[in-house]
Amino acid sequence: MLPALPKTQLLAQCRKMLLIRHFEERLIGLHWEGRFRGHYHVYIGQEATGVPAISLLQPDDLLFSTHRNHGHILARGGDPGRLLAEILGRRDGYNGGKGGSFHTSPRELGFLQCSGVVGGILPLGAGAAYAAKSRGTGQIAVCLFGDGALEEGAVPEAFNLASLWKLPVLFLCENNGKYGAGNAVGAAQSATMAAYPLTDLPAAYKIPVQQVDGIDAGAVHDALSESIVAIRAGGGPRFIETRTVRWPGSATNWPVVKAPTTVELARDVSQVPEDVRGWYRDSDPVLRFMRELVESGQAGTGELRVLNQSVVEQIAAAVDFAFDSPYPELAEAETDVFAENR
Amino acid sequence: MRQLAYHEAKLEALRELMEEDDRVHLIGGTFFSLSPHRLKFAAIEDAYPDRVAAPPISELGFCGLATGAAMAGLRPVVDLTTGSFLFEAWPQVCNEAANVLYMSGGQVRAPVVFHMLHGLRGGGAAQHSASPQAMLWNCPGLEIVLPSSPRDVKGLLKSAVASDNPTVFIDHSGLFDIEGAVPEADHIPLGQADVKRHGADVTVIGTSFTVQRALAVAETLASEGIGVEVVDPRTLVPFDLDTVMASVEKTGRVVVVDETHQSCGVAAEIAARIVESGFDKLKGPIRRVSTLDVPVPYSPPLEAHIGPSEERITRAVRESLE
Repeated sequence: MLPALPKTQLLAQCRKMLLIRHFEERLIGLHWEGRFRGHYHVYIGQEATGVPAISLLQPDDLLFSTHRNHGHILARGGDPGRLLAEILGRRDGYNGGKGGSFHTSPRELGFLQCSGVVGGILPLGAGAAYAAKSRGTGQIAVCLFGDGALEEGAVPEAFNLASLWKLPVLFLCENNGKYGAGNAVGAAQSATMAAYPLTDLPAAYKIPVQQVDGIDAGAVHDALSESIVAIRAGGGPRFIETRTVRWPGSATNWPVVKAPTTVELARDVSQVPEDVRGWYRDSDPVLRFMRELVESGQAGTGELRVLNQSVVEQIAAAVDFAFDSPYPELAEAETDVFAENR
Repeated sequence: MRQLAYHEAKLEALRELMEEDDRVHLIGGTFFSLSPHRLKFAAIEDAYPDRVAAPPISELGFCGLATGAAMAGLRPVVDLTTGSFLFEAWPQVCNEAANVLYMSGGQVRAPVVFHMLHGLRGGGAAQHSASPQAMLWNCPGLEIVLPSSPRDVKGLLKSAVASDNPTVFIDHSGLFDIEGAVPEADHIPLGQADVKRHGADVTVIGTSFTVQRALAVAETLASEGIGVEVVDPRTLVPFDLDTVMASVEKTGRVVVVDETHQSCGVAAEIAARIVESGFDKLKGPIRRVSTLDVPVPYSPPLEAHIGPSEERITRAVRESLE
């Protein structure tokens, strides 16, 4: 279902989902064209988690993400040109080229750290929440991470601290099924995690937990709305697990686009290669969101085509911006190791 | 000038920090580990119940929490008790806190202080006696502070908290009861070495507790007419090479004393810097007096045997004069 929001906001969410999708598809293309090096992780398949969730935050809330951060940054209103410039290691990247794909972290959007250390942001997020609580700022901290994070020791330590000290932090676990941890809602054991469902872990620390279908934007919106209100009211941390089905393009270490996203695909997936067709038909959150917009009468197909085209053009401009940006001066390698005291 | 015991100067710094800046939070232990002085910390705890936090046994978790709190506007000071427990927190200290400013392209600061006691302490054995400063020195992004006197512990602790960078404050329980002059208000900037004793014949560079050992050796050798100059860098990062080299130019003979293990230790790096910048000033090889490259043994005579004792320092000074 769609989030219970006015049409303008639904279209804004749709646009952000398409922006993420086209950004990642283009990024994959640039990789195969040999136009940049380095590893990267795409957010395809999780758009209906990040976009509704991040739309619910306040401008001064504090965000922490992981190596899979592109979608979060774009959902927060990030500029795809500066994001791509960072991934390319260019001067105009959000971090001046020093972070790269794994660590792009725009402070101006409220991101304090996007860490490539699995599970590493949970103690940091608890700490930002500790600061917000102690200073009485009304901010909350949000940690966005994958299911694999729960295998790291830092995570239960952060759960314990956040729960004991009633810290205003949202732990949003995006279970993208990489490790098969709970492929069906409820319970399923994975080869790498003895605890299942994953919510058992935070629940053991007395953190209220919830599982949500991560391709259902309306369900994500509802769960997040309720949790964020509770956290802001001083109720302590919350844990939400959104469950998505792994995008088949991520089956290999270097992702492959099997079927470029179009508005037509939302209606008809018959042109998608048969071995992956089921994902696009049943598990693609962006196609589903567009389908629901049309079926509910919130938008016509023509309207979505215009929207989609504007995103495609924005991405093309972002690619030009990023490649036009020069590499940083070599002297930059030796700056920002230490800060001068303010 | 007034005289204070080291532990009094340290407590005074903690008290003043809490009074002066409500962003300062103390998270962890009592800053005196198992020494009897830990009981005096209770007064600070009582005065600031909302800013002194006793966390669960979760070094990884609470060092990360303190780092995140620093990124979001506080000035947390974490007490890990012994430096050995820093290993539990390594990913948050070395892979998150140390990197955040650089990875963010200068956008995000983490002004957190990680406090711990290091070194041979009498019965600490292999798992409670670590001196992690050499490993940390190989981790760009961390400031490293090693006080050795009452004046230094107060002045440097205040500067560590004032710093906008993640700072590791490495103290030593062997110092707690020494007495010394402490001015009322005295911030000591990070990166300023201190010549603790002047002498013309041999430069002995020490850090932390080994400064006191070096001073004792210098006193003894003075009666034989040997002038030992004792130089204390006080901070490894930033490192005041100028003050060290001024002394090296004067004496031409160098002994470096510290409690890290010898291989890739603090003495190794200091010796390398001296050789690189002033080989022609040296009258002979630099000598290192470090902890032997073995895990720390429990048995008292064995523990004493592996450390930088006064006997070993004295021998190294004499050798440098041969």
